[in-house]
Amino acid sequence: MIVRKIQTMGIALSALVFSAPALTQDLNLPREKVELVAPPFVHPHEQATEQGPRIVEFKLVAEEKQFVIDGEGTKIHAMTFNGSIPGPLMVVHEGDYVELTLVNPAENSMPHNIDFHAATGALGGGGLSLVNPGEQVVLRWKADRSGVFVYHCAPGGPMTPWHVVSGMRGAIMVLPRDGLRDGAGNPLQYDRAYYIGENDFYVPRDKDGKFKSYASWGDAYADAVSAMRSLTPTHVVFNGKVGALTGQNALTSKVGEAVLIVHSQANRDSRPHLIGGHGDFVWETGKFSNRPETNLETWFIRGGSAGAALYRFRQPGIYAYLTHNLIEAVELGATAHFKVDGTWNDDLMTQVKAPEAIPPNVRGEREHPVQSARQRN
Amino acid sequence: MSFGLKFKCALAAAGGVAASLGIMLASVANGPDRGITAIAGPLVVELQPGSVRYHAAGDFSRNGRPASPPKTTVSIRQPLVIMKYQVTAAEYQRCVEGHACSPLDPGTTPASDRPAVKISWRDANSYADWLSARTGALYRLPTDEEWAYAAASRFQDEALPDVDGGDPAQLWLARYEMESSREGLIEKEPRSIGSYGANENGLIDLAGNVWEWTSTCFVRQAIDANGQPIGTATTNCGVRVAEGRHRAYVPEFVRDVRSGGCMTGAPPANLGFRLVRDGSRDRLRSLVESVQGFLSSVLVL
Repeated sequence: MIVRKIQTMGIALSALVFSAPALTQDLNLPREKVELVAPPFVHPHEQATEQGPRIVEFKLVAEEKQFVIDGEGTKIHAMTFNGSIPGPLMVVHEGDYVELTLVNPAENSMPHNIDFHAATGALGGGGLSLVNPGEQVVLRWKADRSGVFVYHCAPGGPMTPWHVVSGMRGAIMVLPRDGLRDGAGNPLQYDRAYYIGENDFYVPRDKDGKFKSYASWGDAYADAVSAMRSLTPTHVVFNGKVGALTGQNALTSKVGEAVLIVHSQANRDSRPHLIGGHGDFVWETGKFSNRPETNLETWFIRGGSAGAALYRFRQPGIYAYLTHNLIEAVELGATAHFKVDGTWNDDLMTQVKAPEAIPPNVRGEREHPVQSARQRN
Repeated sequence: MSFGLKFKCALAAAGGVAASLGIMLASVANGPDRGITAIAGPLVVELQPGSVRYHAAGDFSRNGRPASPPKTTVSIRQPLVIMKYQVTAAEYQRCVEGHACSPLDPGTTPASDRPAVKISWRDANSYADWLSARTGALYRLPTDEEWAYAAASRFQDEALPDVDGGDPAQLWLARYEMESSREGLIEKEPRSIGSYGANENGLIDLAGNVWEWTSTCFVRQAIDANGQPIGTATTNCGVRVAEGRHRAYVPEFVRDVRSGGCMTGAPPANLGFRLVRDGSRDRLRSLVESVQGFLSSVLVL
């Protein structure tokens, strides 16, 4: 019943799509077809390019599927782009055209579309990309400004937040044609890039506090909206699942490497922090035409935006990359780990003396002022 | 620095214990004037004295650097009478109903075929006291070495190798690799009693996905080149050893260990317990330990 209603809404929106002017004019530009890769990885790309603008072709497939979001096996009816949460990171250069084929397979139950925050007009493309199950659409837009930007499904009304918190969110990186620059205009390069998409989930609970599961998306909808309206996520995770980027799936690097970390959050604020490291250069609002901030301890990702941080590892070991709302990081899941190989730098840090029992004389000195304080009270 | 970090991580990631046994309800009176229902003791296995050679629990350092724990031989001098099964959720629930144990975690069904999980060290001790009062025998948590002895081939005597003494990061990386290499094997949902089978001593479900609390406190000890202790150890009984697929150090009030944030690979999936039954001679030691533990936790935490 609910699914039918959703489909009806989709058909109504489709009518709008068909009444819009069709994008038929051809651009006389070279084309490049890019195979997207699942996060946290990023498809191969040039950081700076000497080539002229081109049409970069991507394909996203809307996949409605069951998704396990924590170690307890909590399952949600997820909606995804290309099967991952978040959807894959796309990389183009400023001045390129993004030509996206959005496929909504017949086995899906709902209409989907895509709103690119980097695109101009038609609700970021959402108004020209709504497809029902069994349809596909091709949308082209000009990447006329650089930065990292969120994209997400926005089928309209209450469907929009539901689709977004169910996983239909991702990011695109539009690089300046001559690459990244520091505040003084010097070029910046990265040795590897990782893409972290943060997702807040709102899983309904039963009266005993256990997470509920449902037979279908339609069955889940009413409870899901109630849970969402609490504005209290049950899970805040990186890349779709508690532990998606820890343990065997931890991110890797080595001392001396510069790593670009793209972080997106389509719905809610976040505070990335690298424990034991920093952001050497951080585009907190994600837009490369602004000077990067330097040496940040924590940076702020506004809900509905993406940011980028560049850091060169100086010290080996295990690093936690998390949101520095530590309750969300530890209790709700928003933690990733970096395993960094290399040689320890004693100059940066050393344990001068290992933990040992407090020597008696030190204890004596400490006890005295404490006692005095007590006496004063 | 390295120890401090590691320790914090151990706190954040520790795991627990709690298993339960087939306690038989019985109509045997245990002083009807006390108004309580007496119960027969749980099924136990009696192990003959012997010894276990293993890497000691705790943090060890040599020349001020992290060191691999020394391998020691520990003798079990008395017969060890230990529960065959982990304490079940239903058994624990009886203690709750007797107002002697804290309630199970909301949402946990007190099933008779599932181990009690989300059990803190305190919970396990409350249960031991309750069970002792109702059976007239003395039940307590096993020590780490008793657990290792009883677990026999189920005991995972893992120890990190000594790494380059000047580079603390290598130890963290090695530990992280070791922990994360096994995490895929551990599911969180407790299985029915008996799912993990028996070891050669006839003990059921050791080293499954429920870790078991021990009475052993966390210690930090400096050692010499031969692994012999130097000076006195620092003992923190606010943190106890939990045993299972790997050894974990868990704050005694924690019921469920979460990973995240700190540099932890794979914390115990669940905390439960099983108990040993003592002769009277050990009762005093056990009492002393409880008092020590209480004092330490108050002082430390």
